[in-house]
Amino acid sequence: MADVPEDLTYSAEHEWVRGEVAAGSTVTVGISRHAADALGDVVYVEAPRVGDTVTAGQVCGELESSKAVSELYSPVTGVVMSVNEALTADPSPINADPYGAGWIFTVEVTDAGGELLDAAAYSALIA
Amino acid sequence: MPHSPLHAEHVALGATLVDFAGWEMPVRYSGDVAEHTAVRTAAGLFDISHMGEIAVRGADAASGLDHALVSAMSRVALGRAKYTMLCTPEGGIIDDLIVYRRDWDHFLIVANASNTAAVVAALQERLAGRDVTVTDESQEVALIAIQGPRAEEIVATMCDRNADDVRASTYYSWCTVTLRGDIHAICARTGYTGEDGFELFVPAADAVEVWRLAQEVGGPLGLIPCGLSARDSLRLEAGMPLYGQELGLDRTPFAAGLGRVVQLDAGKVLLPPGLDGAVSVSAEPVERGDFVGRDALEAAKAAHEAAFADPTGAPADYEVLVGLKGEGRRSARTGYELFAGEERAGVVTSGAPSTTLGVAIAMAYVHPRFAAEGTVLEADVRGRREPMTVTALPFYKRA
Repeated sequence: MADVPEDLTYSAEHEWVRGEVAAGSTVTVGISRHAADALGDVVYVEAPRVGDTVTAGQVCGELESSKAVSELYSPVTGVVMSVNEALTADPSPINADPYGAGWIFTVEVTDAGGELLDAAAYSALIA
Repeated sequence: MPHSPLHAEHVALGATLVDFAGWEMPVRYSGDVAEHTAVRTAAGLFDISHMGEIAVRGADAASGLDHALVSAMSRVALGRAKYTMLCTPEGGIIDDLIVYRRDWDHFLIVANASNTAAVVAALQERLAGRDVTVTDESQEVALIAIQGPRAEEIVATMCDRNADDVRASTYYSWCTVTLRGDIHAICARTGYTGEDGFELFVPAADAVEVWRLAQEVGGPLGLIPCGLSARDSLRLEAGMPLYGQELGLDRTPFAAGLGRVVQLDAGKVLLPPGLDGAVSVSAEPVERGDFVGRDALEAAKAAHEAAFADPTGAPADYEVLVGLKGEGRRSARTGYELFAGEERAGVVTSGAPSTTLGVAIAMAYVHPRFAAEGTVLEADVRGRREPMTVTALPFYKRA
Protein backbone atom coordinates (compact mmCIF):
# COMPACT_ATOMS: atom_id res chain seq x y z
CA MET A 1 0.00 0.00 0.00
CA ALA A 2 1.72 3.18 -1.19
CA ASP A 3 2.29 5.96 1.34
CA VAL A 4 0.51 8.92 -0.31
CA PRO A 5 -0.98 11.38 2.24
CA GLU A 6 -4.40 12.72 1.29
CA ASP A 7 -3.74 16.27 2.47
CA LEU A 8 -0.89 16.91 0.00
CA THR A 9 -0.69 17.57 -3.72
CA TYR A 10 1.94 16.05 -5.99
CA SER A 11 3.93 16.72 -9.14
CA ALA A 12 4.53 14.17 -11.86
CA GLU A 13 8.21 14.37 -10.88
CA HIS A 14 7.38 12.96 -7.43
CA GLU A 15 7.52 16.10 -5.32
CA TRP A 16 4.80 16.82 -2.75
CA VAL A 17 3.36 20.19 -1.79
CA ARG A 18 1.81 21.08 1.55
CA GLY A 19 -0.39 24.17 1.51
CA GLU A 20 -2.72 25.94 -0.85
CA VAL A 21 -1.05 26.93 -4.11
CA ALA A 22 -2.19 30.52 -4.58
CA ALA A 23 -0.27 33.72 -5.29
CA GLY A 24 1.11 35.04 -2.00
CA SER A 25 0.80 31.77 -0.03
CA THR A 26 3.81 29.83 1.25
CA VAL A 27 3.98 26.10 0.59
CA THR A 28 6.35 23.35 1.78
CA VAL A 29 8.02 20.96 -0.69
CA GLY A 30 9.62 17.53 -0.38
CA ILE A 31 9.85 14.26 -2.32
CA SER A 32 7.37 11.42 -2.05
CA ARG A 33 7.90 8.10 -0.28
CA HIS A 34 7.89 6.46 -3.71
CA ALA A 35 10.76 8.67 -4.90
CA ALA A 36 12.73 8.23 -1.66
CA ASP A 37 12.39 4.44 -1.82
CA ALA A 38 13.50 4.39 -5.46
CA LEU A 39 16.61 6.40 -4.63
CA GLY A 40 17.64 4.41 -1.58
CA ASP A 41 19.39 6.13 1.32
CA VAL A 42 19.93 9.76 0.36
CA VAL A 43 23.45 10.82 1.32
CA TYR A 44 23.60 14.27 -0.28
CA VAL A 45 20.99 16.94 -0.99
CA GLU A 46 21.48 20.03 -3.04
CA ALA A 47 18.49 22.26 -2.42
CA PRO A 48 17.81 25.70 -3.90
CA ARG A 49 18.97 28.64 -1.80
CA VAL A 50 16.84 31.11 0.12
CA GLY A 51 15.89 33.91 -2.23
CA ASP A 52 16.23 31.84 -5.41
CA THR A 53 13.42 32.00 -7.94
CA VAL A 54 12.04 28.60 -8.81
CA THR A 55 9.77 27.68 -11.69
CA ALA A 56 7.17 24.91 -11.74
CA GLY A 57 8.49 21.88 -13.63
CA GLN A 58 12.10 23.02 -13.69
CA VAL A 59 15.14 21.51 -12.02
CA CYS A 60 16.15 23.34 -8.84
CA GLY A 61 18.50 20.88 -7.14
CA GLU A 62 19.55 17.26 -6.85
CA LEU A 63 19.50 14.31 -4.49
CA GLU A 64 22.20 11.68 -4.38
CA SER A 65 22.18 8.16 -2.96
CA SER A 66 24.69 5.33 -3.09
CA LYS A 67 23.25 3.95 -6.28
CA ALA A 68 21.57 6.88 -7.99
CA VAL A 69 21.23 10.59 -8.58
CA SER A 70 17.87 12.26 -8.98
CA GLU A 71 17.10 15.79 -10.04
CA LEU A 72 14.92 17.86 -7.74
CA TYR A 73 12.19 19.76 -9.59
CA SER A 74 10.21 22.65 -8.17
CA PRO A 75 6.48 21.84 -8.28
CA VAL A 76 5.51 25.52 -8.01
CA THR A 77 6.66 28.94 -9.21
CA GLY A 78 7.86 31.49 -6.68
CA VAL A 79 10.66 32.52 -4.36
CA VAL A 80 12.41 30.15 -1.95
CA MET A 81 11.67 31.31 1.61
CA SER A 82 13.48 28.66 3.67
CA VAL A 83 15.55 25.52 3.29
CA ASN A 84 15.78 22.54 5.66
CA GLU A 85 19.41 23.12 6.71
CA ALA A 86 19.44 20.02 8.94
CA LEU A 87 19.51 17.88 5.79
CA THR A 88 22.97 19.15 4.86
CA ALA A 89 24.62 17.24 7.70
CA ASP A 90 22.13 14.37 7.76
CA PRO A 91 19.78 13.76 4.82
CA SER A 92 18.34 10.56 6.35
CA PRO A 93 14.98 12.18 7.28
CA ILE A 94 14.21 12.21 3.55
CA ASN A 95 13.99 8.42 3.69
CA ALA A 96 12.79 8.04 7.28
CA ASP A 97 10.11 10.75 7.24
CA PRO A 98 9.74 12.14 3.70
CA TYR A 99 6.53 14.07 4.45
CA GLY A 100 7.61 15.45 7.85
CA ALA A 101 11.19 15.98 8.99
CA GLY A 102 12.32 15.28 5.40
CA TRP A 103 10.81 18.53 4.01
CA ILE A 104 13.33 20.20 1.71
CA PHE A 105 12.32 23.83 1.06
CA THR A 106 9.44 26.31 1.25
CA VAL A 107 8.28 28.64 -1.53
CA GLU A 108 6.25 31.83 -1.56
CA VAL A 109 4.10 31.27 -4.61
CA THR A 110 4.09 34.03 -7.22
CA ASP A 111 2.20 32.21 -9.99
CA ALA A 112 -0.41 29.59 -9.11
CA GLY A 113 -0.53 28.25 -12.67
CA GLY A 114 0.52 24.67 -13.42
CA GLU A 115 -1.10 21.35 -12.58
CA LEU A 116 -0.55 19.34 -9.47
CA LEU A 117 -2.08 15.92 -8.82
CA ASP A 118 -4.23 15.02 -5.86
CA ALA A 119 -3.37 11.94 -3.78
CA ALA A 120 -5.62 9.67 -5.85
CA ALA A 121 -4.16 10.81 -9.16
CA TYR A 122 -0.58 10.50 -7.87
CA SER A 123 -1.29 7.02 -6.49
CA ALA A 124 -2.53 6.03 -9.94
CA LEU A 125 0.62 7.44 -11.50
CA ILE A 126 2.93 5.35 -9.31
CA ALA A 127 0.83 2.20 -9.32
CA MET B 1 13.73 -14.49 -15.92
CA PRO B 2 15.66 -17.10 -13.90
CA HIS B 3 15.15 -16.91 -10.15
CA SER B 4 17.56 -17.61 -7.37
CA PRO B 5 16.44 -20.54 -5.16
CA LEU B 6 16.10 -17.86 -2.45
CA HIS B 7 13.70 -15.66 -4.41
CA ALA B 8 10.72 -16.26 -2.11
CA GLU B 9 12.90 -15.41 0.90
CA HIS B 10 13.79 -12.03 -0.62
CA VAL B 11 10.16 -11.26 -1.34
CA ALA B 12 9.20 -12.23 2.23
CA LEU B 13 11.95 -9.96 3.59
CA GLY B 14 10.54 -7.04 1.61
CA ALA B 15 13.60 -6.70 -0.63
CA THR B 16 13.56 -4.34 -3.59
CA LEU B 17 14.23 -6.61 -6.57
CA VAL B 18 15.94 -5.69 -9.83
CA ASP B 19 16.91 -7.38 -13.06
CA PHE B 20 20.63 -8.15 -12.81
CA ALA B 21 22.20 -10.04 -15.71
CA GLY B 22 18.78 -11.47 -16.46
CA TRP B 23 18.18 -12.65 -12.87
CA GLU B 24 15.70 -11.06 -10.47
CA MET B 25 17.91 -10.23 -7.51
CA PRO B 26 17.63 -8.13 -4.32
CA VAL B 27 19.21 -4.69 -4.63
CA ARG B 28 18.46 -3.79 -0.98
CA TYR B 29 16.47 -4.97 2.05
CA SER B 30 16.60 -2.46 4.91
CA GLY B 31 18.74 0.28 3.36
CA ASP B 32 22.04 0.82 1.54
CA VAL B 33 23.81 2.57 4.42
CA ALA B 34 22.65 0.12 7.11
CA GLU B 35 23.66 -2.87 4.98
CA HIS B 36 27.06 -1.45 4.04
CA THR B 37 27.75 -0.55 7.67
CA ALA B 38 26.65 -3.98 8.92
CA VAL B 39 29.29 -5.67 6.76
CA ARG B 40 32.02 -3.32 8.03
CA THR B 41 31.04 -3.70 11.70
CA ALA B 42 29.31 -7.08 12.14
CA ALA B 43 28.22 -9.23 9.19
CA GLY B 44 26.17 -9.20 6.01
CA LEU B 45 24.36 -12.08 4.31
CA PHE B 46 24.38 -12.06 0.51
CA ASP B 47 22.59 -14.25 -2.03
CA ILE B 48 24.94 -14.52 -5.01
CA SER B 49 23.36 -17.57 -6.59
CA HIS B 50 23.21 -15.79 -9.94
CA MET B 51 26.96 -16.30 -10.32
CA GLY B 52 28.06 -19.19 -12.53
CA GLU B 53 29.65 -22.38 -11.23
CA ILE B 54 31.53 -24.41 -13.85
CA ALA B 55 33.15 -27.77 -13.10
CA VAL B 56 36.25 -28.74 -15.07
CA ARG B 57 37.21 -32.38 -14.50
CA GLY B 58 39.59 -34.92 -15.96
CA ALA B 59 43.20 -35.99 -16.23
CA ASP B 60 43.93 -32.94 -18.44
CA ALA B 61 42.00 -30.46 -16.28
CA ALA B 62 45.07 -28.71 -14.85
CA SER B 63 47.09 -28.63 -18.06
CA GLY B 64 43.98 -27.64 -20.02
CA LEU B 65 43.27 -24.70 -17.71
CA ASP B 66 46.96 -23.71 -17.86
CA HIS B 67 46.32 -23.27 -21.58
CA ALA B 68 42.89 -21.66 -21.35
CA LEU B 69 43.49 -19.12 -18.56
CA VAL B 70 46.18 -16.52 -17.95
CA SER B 71 47.31 -18.12 -14.67
CA ALA B 72 48.77 -21.60 -14.22
CA MET B 73 46.10 -23.65 -12.47
CA SER B 74 48.56 -26.55 -12.21
CA ARG B 75 50.29 -24.50 -9.49
CA VAL B 76 47.22 -24.16 -7.29
CA ALA B 77 47.40 -26.39 -4.21
CA LEU B 78 44.53 -28.62 -3.10
CA GLY B 79 42.18 -26.69 -0.86
CA ARG B 80 43.23 -23.35 -2.38
CA ALA B 81 41.69 -20.90 -4.85
CA LYS B 82 43.08 -18.40 -7.33
CA TYR B 83 41.75 -15.15 -8.79
CA THR B 84 42.45 -15.13 -12.52
CA MET B 85 41.11 -14.11 -15.92
CA LEU B 86 39.96 -15.66 -19.17
CA CYS B 87 41.34 -13.53 -22.01
CA THR B 88 40.91 -13.41 -25.78
CA PRO B 89 43.86 -14.17 -28.08
CA GLU B 90 44.24 -10.36 -28.33
CA GLY B 91 44.57 -10.01 -24.56
CA GLY B 92 41.11 -8.56 -23.88
CA ILE B 93 39.26 -9.78 -20.78
CA ILE B 94 36.31 -12.14 -21.28
CA ASP B 95 35.73 -12.56 -17.53
CA ASP B 96 37.47 -12.42 -14.19
CA LEU B 97 37.15 -15.64 -12.24
CA ILE B 98 37.92 -17.37 -8.99
CA VAL B 99 39.06 -20.96 -9.56
CA TYR B 100 38.90 -23.39 -6.61
CA ARG B 101 41.02 -26.53 -6.82
CA ARG B 102 38.77 -29.28 -5.50
CA ASP B 103 41.15 -32.11 -6.41
CA TRP B 104 44.20 -32.67 -8.55
CA ASP B 105 41.89 -33.25 -11.55
CA HIS B 106 38.83 -31.22 -10.53
CA PHE B 107 38.39 -27.43 -10.57
CA LEU B 108 35.38 -25.28 -9.68
CA ILE B 109 35.30 -22.03 -11.64
CA VAL B 110 33.09 -19.16 -10.49
CA ALA B 111 32.16 -16.72 -13.24
CA ASN B 112 30.15 -13.51 -13.34
CA ALA B 113 26.45 -14.07 -14.04
CA SER B 114 26.59 -12.00 -17.22
CA ASN B 115 29.52 -13.99 -18.63
CA THR B 116 28.82 -17.58 -17.56
CA ALA B 117 27.68 -18.72 -20.99
CA ALA B 118 30.67 -17.08 -22.70
CA VAL B 119 33.07 -18.65 -20.21
CA VAL B 120 31.56 -22.12 -20.66
CA ALA B 121 31.77 -21.78 -24.45
CA ALA B 122 35.38 -20.56 -24.38
CA LEU B 123 36.46 -23.34 -22.04
CA GLN B 124 34.76 -26.01 -24.13
CA GLU B 125 36.48 -24.67 -27.24
CA ARG B 126 39.90 -24.34 -25.63
CA LEU B 127 39.76 -27.74 -23.91
CA ALA B 128 38.41 -29.66 -26.91
CA GLY B 129 40.35 -32.79 -27.71
CA ARG B 130 41.72 -33.12 -24.18
CA ASP B 131 40.78 -35.61 -21.47
CA VAL B 132 38.57 -33.12 -19.63
CA THR B 133 34.87 -32.25 -19.29
CA VAL B 134 33.39 -28.78 -18.79
CA THR B 135 30.02 -28.76 -17.01
CA ASP B 136 27.86 -25.76 -16.17
CA GLU B 137 26.58 -26.57 -12.66
CA SER B 138 25.06 -23.15 -11.98
CA GLN B 139 21.48 -24.41 -11.77
CA GLU B 140 22.35 -27.00 -9.12
CA VAL B 141 24.46 -24.73 -6.90
CA ALA B 142 23.40 -21.86 -4.64
CA LEU B 143 26.06 -19.42 -3.44
CA ILE B 144 25.58 -17.59 -0.15
CA ALA B 145 28.17 -15.17 1.20
CA ILE B 146 28.65 -14.13 4.82
CA GLN B 147 31.05 -11.20 5.07
CA GLY B 148 32.24 -9.11 8.00
CA PRO B 149 34.28 -9.26 11.21
CA ARG B 150 31.77 -11.67 12.83
CA ALA B 151 31.64 -13.96 9.78
CA GLU B 152 34.04 -16.60 11.12
CA GLU B 153 32.11 -16.93 14.38
CA ILE B 154 28.83 -17.18 12.51
CA VAL B 155 29.94 -19.74 9.94
CA ALA B 156 31.72 -21.87 12.56
CA THR B 157 28.53 -21.89 14.64
CA MET B 158 26.49 -22.90 11.57
CA CYS B 159 28.68 -26.01 11.27
CA ASP B 160 27.67 -29.34 12.71
CA ARG B 161 31.20 -30.61 12.00
CA ASN B 162 34.34 -28.87 10.70
CA ALA B 163 33.97 -25.70 12.76
CA ASP B 164 37.70 -25.97 13.53
CA ASP B 165 38.49 -26.21 9.80
CA VAL B 166 36.55 -23.00 9.25
CA ARG B 167 38.42 -21.19 12.03
CA ALA B 168 41.79 -22.45 10.79
CA SER B 169 41.17 -21.58 7.13
CA THR B 170 43.14 -18.77 5.54
CA TYR B 171 42.27 -16.23 2.86
CA TYR B 172 41.68 -17.93 -0.51
CA SER B 173 41.49 -21.42 0.97
CA TRP B 174 38.38 -23.58 1.12
CA CYS B 175 37.18 -26.63 3.07
CA THR B 176 34.21 -28.99 3.02
CA VAL B 177 31.82 -28.55 5.93
CA THR B 178 28.68 -30.18 7.21
CA LEU B 179 26.26 -27.51 8.33
CA ARG B 180 23.44 -28.08 10.83
CA GLY B 181 20.71 -30.07 9.15
CA ASP B 182 23.28 -32.41 7.58
CA ILE B 183 23.89 -30.01 4.71
CA HIS B 184 27.17 -30.50 2.85
CA ALA B 185 28.81 -27.34 1.65
CA ILE B 186 32.07 -25.99 0.32
CA CYS B 187 33.15 -23.12 2.56
CA ALA B 188 35.59 -20.76 0.84
CA ARG B 189 37.35 -17.88 2.56
CA THR B 190 36.84 -15.55 -0.38
CA GLY B 191 34.72 -12.48 -0.92
CA TYR B 192 34.05 -9.19 -2.62
CA THR B 193 33.80 -6.73 0.25
CA GLY B 194 37.27 -6.13 1.67
CA GLU B 195 36.23 -7.77 4.96
CA ASP B 196 36.96 -11.26 6.26
CA GLY B 197 34.24 -13.57 5.05
CA PHE B 198 33.11 -16.80 3.51
CA GLU B 199 31.27 -17.95 0.41
CA LEU B 200 29.20 -21.11 0.92
CA PHE B 201 28.50 -23.33 -2.07
CA VAL B 202 25.43 -25.41 -1.22
CA PRO B 203 23.06 -27.60 -3.24
CA ALA B 204 20.27 -25.38 -4.58
CA ALA B 205 17.74 -27.56 -2.76
CA ASP B 206 19.36 -26.65 0.59
CA ALA B 207 19.66 -22.92 -0.07
CA VAL B 208 16.61 -21.81 1.89
CA GLU B 209 17.62 -23.79 4.97
CA VAL B 210 21.17 -22.39 4.90
CA TRP B 211 19.89 -18.82 4.38
CA ARG B 212 17.57 -19.13 7.37
CA LEU B 213 20.25 -20.83 9.49
CA ALA B 214 22.64 -17.95 8.80
CA GLN B 215 20.05 -15.44 9.99
CA GLU B 216 19.20 -17.51 13.07
CA VAL B 217 22.85 -17.84 14.08
CA GLY B 218 24.06 -14.46 12.84
CA GLY B 219 21.12 -12.21 13.67
CA PRO B 220 22.01 -11.89 17.37
CA LEU B 221 25.57 -11.01 16.30
CA GLY B 222 24.40 -8.21 14.03
CA LEU B 223 24.13 -10.05 10.67
CA ILE B 224 21.53 -8.65 8.28
CA PRO B 225 20.65 -9.55 4.68
CA CYS B 226 22.46 -7.30 2.19
CA GLY B 227 21.68 -6.64 -1.46
CA LEU B 228 23.55 -5.81 -4.65
CA SER B 229 23.72 -2.11 -3.84
CA ALA B 230 25.73 -2.78 -0.69
CA ARG B 231 27.80 -5.38 -2.55
CA ASP B 232 28.78 -2.73 -5.08
CA SER B 233 29.55 0.02 -2.56
CA LEU B 234 31.64 -2.38 -0.47
CA ARG B 235 33.74 -3.70 -3.36
CA LEU B 236 34.33 -0.14 -4.61
CA GLU B 237 35.74 0.90 -1.22
CA ALA B 238 37.90 -2.24 -1.34
CA GLY B 239 39.24 -1.22 -4.76
CA MET B 240 37.93 -4.37 -6.45
CA PRO B 241 37.09 -4.26 -10.14
CA LEU B 242 33.68 -5.01 -11.62
CA TYR B 243 33.38 -6.68 -15.01
CA GLY B 244 31.54 -4.41 -17.39
CA GLN B 245 33.01 -1.34 -15.72
CA GLU B 246 36.72 -1.72 -14.86
CA LEU B 247 37.16 -4.93 -16.87
CA GLY B 248 36.03 -5.75 -20.39
CA LEU B 249 37.10 -6.97 -23.81
CA ASP B 250 38.68 -3.58 -24.46
CA ARG B 251 40.96 -3.68 -21.39
CA THR B 252 44.00 -5.81 -20.59
CA PRO B 253 44.80 -7.13 -17.11
CA PHE B 254 47.82 -4.81 -17.03
CA ALA B 255 45.87 -1.63 -17.73
CA ALA B 256 43.49 -2.69 -14.95
CA GLY B 257 46.36 -2.93 -12.48
CA LEU B 258 45.98 -6.71 -12.30
CA GLY B 259 49.03 -7.79 -14.29
CA ARG B 260 49.92 -10.14 -11.43
CA VAL B 261 47.25 -12.62 -12.63
CA VAL B 262 49.13 -13.09 -15.94
CA GLN B 263 51.73 -15.70 -15.07
CA LEU B 264 54.58 -15.86 -17.56
CA ASP B 265 57.47 -17.27 -15.55
CA ALA B 266 58.23 -20.84 -14.43
CA GLY B 267 56.75 -22.21 -11.22
CA LYS B 268 56.35 -25.40 -9.26
CA VAL B 269 53.27 -27.45 -10.17
CA LEU B 270 51.15 -30.05 -8.44
CA LEU B 271 52.00 -33.55 -9.68
CA PRO B 272 49.34 -36.21 -10.30
CA PRO B 273 49.05 -38.63 -7.38
CA GLY B 274 51.43 -41.54 -7.23
CA LEU B 275 50.46 -45.11 -6.46
CA ASP B 276 49.93 -44.15 -2.81
CA GLY B 277 47.38 -41.50 -3.85
CA ALA B 278 49.40 -38.68 -2.38
CA VAL B 279 49.64 -35.45 -4.36
CA SER B 280 53.02 -33.75 -4.30
CA VAL B 281 54.62 -30.60 -5.65
CA SER B 282 57.28 -30.76 -8.36
CA ALA B 283 60.85 -30.46 -7.09
CA GLU B 284 61.75 -27.96 -9.81
CA PRO B 285 59.85 -25.05 -11.39
CA VAL B 286 58.14 -25.94 -14.65
CA GLU B 287 58.06 -23.55 -17.62
CA ARG B 288 54.75 -21.69 -18.02
CA GLY B 289 54.18 -22.79 -21.58
CA ASP B 290 51.80 -21.30 -24.09
CA PHE B 291 48.32 -20.11 -23.19
CA VAL B 292 45.54 -18.29 -25.06
CA GLY B 293 46.56 -14.65 -25.43
CA ARG B 294 50.16 -15.18 -24.28
CA ASP B 295 51.84 -13.28 -27.14
CA ALA B 296 49.40 -10.38 -26.97
CA LEU B 297 49.70 -10.19 -23.17
CA GLU B 298 53.51 -10.21 -23.26
CA ALA B 299 53.30 -7.25 -25.66
CA ALA B 300 50.70 -5.58 -23.44
CA LYS B 301 52.97 -6.01 -20.43
CA ALA B 302 55.88 -4.40 -22.27
CA ALA B 303 53.69 -1.53 -23.46
CA HIS B 304 52.35 -1.03 -19.92
CA GLU B 305 55.83 -0.90 -18.40
CA ALA B 306 56.99 1.51 -21.10
CA ALA B 307 54.02 3.77 -20.43
CA PHE B 308 54.94 4.06 -16.77
CA ALA B 309 58.62 4.54 -17.49
CA ASP B 310 57.81 7.42 -19.87
CA PRO B 311 54.24 8.67 -19.31
CA THR B 312 54.50 11.59 -21.74
CA GLY B 313 55.59 9.15 -24.45
CA ALA B 314 52.69 6.75 -23.95
CA PRO B 315 50.19 6.51 -26.83
CA ALA B 316 47.45 9.12 -26.55
CA ASP B 317 44.76 6.44 -26.16
CA TYR B 318 46.54 4.35 -23.53
CA GLU B 319 44.70 4.38 -20.18
CA VAL B 320 45.45 2.85 -16.80
CA LEU B 321 43.17 2.26 -13.81
CA VAL B 322 43.46 4.59 -10.82
CA GLY B 323 41.49 5.36 -7.68
CA LEU B 324 40.09 8.86 -7.13
CA LYS B 325 38.87 10.55 -3.98
CA GLY B 326 36.60 13.60 -3.96
CA GLU B 327 36.20 16.37 -1.41
CA GLY B 328 32.46 16.16 -0.83
CA ARG B 329 29.69 13.65 -1.40
CA ARG B 330 28.65 14.88 -4.83
CA SER B 331 29.90 11.89 -6.79
CA ALA B 332 31.26 11.22 -10.23
CA ARG B 333 29.49 8.20 -11.74
CA THR B 334 30.21 5.63 -14.44
CA GLY B 335 30.94 7.38 -17.73
CA TYR B 336 31.64 10.85 -16.30
CA GLU B 337 34.66 12.46 -17.93
CA LEU B 338 37.79 13.62 -16.12
CA PHE B 339 39.78 16.72 -16.95
CA ALA B 340 43.17 18.23 -16.21
CA GLY B 341 42.38 21.87 -16.91
CA GLU B 342 40.76 21.83 -20.34
CA GLU B 343 42.45 18.61 -21.41
CA ARG B 344 40.46 15.36 -21.23
CA ALA B 345 42.34 13.11 -18.82
CA GLY B 346 40.15 10.02 -18.73
CA VAL B 347 36.78 8.52 -17.72
CA VAL B 348 35.19 7.23 -14.50
CA THR B 349 34.26 3.53 -14.61
CA SER B 350 32.71 3.27 -11.14
CA GLY B 351 31.85 5.99 -8.64
CA ALA B 352 29.67 6.55 -5.58
CA PRO B 353 29.64 8.27 -2.20
CA SER B 354 31.75 6.18 0.21
CA THR B 355 29.87 5.38 3.41
CA THR B 356 33.08 4.61 5.29
CA LEU B 357 35.13 7.59 4.07
CA GLY B 358 32.27 10.11 3.88
CA VAL B 359 33.34 11.46 0.47
CA ALA B 360 32.93 10.52 -3.17
CA ILE B 361 35.26 7.79 -4.45
CA ALA B 362 35.75 6.46 -7.95
CA MET B 363 37.76 4.13 -10.11
CA ALA B 364 38.75 5.54 -13.47
CA TYR B 365 40.93 5.00 -16.51
CA VAL B 366 43.30 7.91 -17.16
CA HIS B 367 46.27 8.54 -19.40
CA PRO B 368 49.53 7.58 -17.61
CA ARG B 369 50.48 11.28 -17.45
CA PHE B 370 47.74 11.71 -14.85
CA ALA B 371 48.18 8.44 -12.94
CA ALA B 372 50.60 9.55 -10.23
CA GLU B 373 49.22 9.49 -6.71
CA GLY B 374 48.29 12.99 -5.61
CA THR B 375 47.42 14.23 -9.11
CA VAL B 376 44.39 16.51 -8.88
CA LEU B 377 41.84 16.12 -11.69
CA GLU B 378 38.33 17.42 -12.15
CA ALA B 379 35.30 15.23 -12.78
CA ASP B 380 32.48 16.69 -14.86
CA VAL B 381 29.54 15.91 -12.58
CA ARG B 382 26.45 16.83 -14.57
CA GLY B 383 27.87 20.10 -15.82
CA ARG B 384 29.85 21.16 -12.76
CA ARG B 385 33.47 20.29 -12.06
CA GLU B 386 34.33 18.45 -8.83
CA PRO B 387 37.99 18.05 -7.82
CA MET B 388 39.20 14.48 -7.36
CA THR B 389 42.66 13.35 -6.29
CA VAL B 390 44.41 10.20 -7.56
CA THR B 391 44.54 7.85 -4.57
CA ALA B 392 46.16 4.44 -4.10
CA LEU B 393 43.78 1.50 -4.05
CA PRO B 394 42.17 0.16 -1.96
CA PHE B 395 40.33 3.10 -0.40
CA TYR B 396 39.55 0.94 2.61
CA LYS B 397 41.49 -1.89 4.22
CA ARG B 398 40.17 -3.88 7.15
CA ALA B 399 42.04 -3.72 10.42
